[in-house]
Amino acid sequence: MNAKHIIALGAAALAFGAAGIALSDQGRGDDDEREDQVEDSGWWPRGRDVEPVANASYKAECGGCHLAYPAGLLPADAWQRVMADLGQHYGDDASLDPATATEILGYLTANGADGNARLRSRAFAAAPIPGDRPPRITETRYFRRKHDEVPTRLVLENSQVGSFSRCETCHSGAEQGRFNEDQVRIPGVGRWDD
Amino acid sequence: MSRPTSNSALALGLGAALVAGAALGSPESLLATYQRAGAGPFDASAGARAWTAEHSPPGAAEPRSCATCHGNDLTKPGRHATTGKTIEPMAPSVNPQRLADPVKSERWFGRNCRWTLGRECTAQEKGDFIRLLESS
Repeated sequence: MNAKHIIALGAAALAFGAAGIALSDQGRGDDDEREDQVEDSGWWPRGRDVEPVANASYKAECGGCHLAYPAGLLPADAWQRVMADLGQHYGDDASLDPATATEILGYLTANGADGNARLRSRAFAAAPIPGDRPPRITETRYFRRKHDEVPTRLVLENSQVGSFSRCETCHSGAEQGRFNEDQVRIPGVGRWDD
Repeated sequence: MSRPTSNSALALGLGAALVAGAALGSPESLLATYQRAGAGPFDASAGARAWTAEHSPPGAAEPRSCATCHGNDLTKPGRHATTGKTIEPMAPSVNPQRLADPVKSERWFGRNCRWTLGRECTAQEKGDFIRLLESS
């Protein structure tokens, strides 16, 4: 072996090493991958994580004031608690006529997190939501864990966000059921990956 | 063009106009309901005053008015005071869906009056609001 061979081998090794690092996320993966929450992984853009809203009444009545939260983000019993007192809906009045309320409750409980076909939805049902207060997606154990590395000042003190309940401000694909962290952009901050 | 075709075109056009007129809807049906309840005549400036009047119903952390979420300029979008969600403009002049569906209008009057005023709006108040929206 002469010097040229050694240099060529060295360069090849460097190239492979660099490629390996570039393609491996430093071997740690992101939060989603470490927790095995993704059903697919690799180079293709990820699709939906939860089923988007498929009921027109729910979208029209409930999506008028906030993101129509996909049904797969709360278990059925939590949705029942939500729908049980719409006149006192997290500080607002969201009353519905009985027929519409029945239809929407049926849709939500049929597509709730428990027993959902989607892995990420089932995660939301993994632990019961404690207490008697109206249940919040942001208070589920799974939500807390997925957001535990996000400094609250980037959300609560961020004039463009204000609340963890405003999913769509950082998860622009929320209405399509996409919450993958590779696509998170916090307004005024930029991409966020933990 | 043969004569039968242009006649059918005219009939189609008239039919479409009628359907469109009905589909666009008219708040007149709501106003008629309020008049039957004894309210009227309705006045946009009374609606404008009521729009910005502030209320502190029981449990309210801060005073609120219609303008709190819908803004003062009804041709511009509003913003939900809690969730920050954009609310499309209320003026039918820029948003033709407004006032087109009486059931929807009554439903939102119910929720929003209860939240803002702490009570249902009277037929008079609702009629004045409709006149305000129509004139915006």
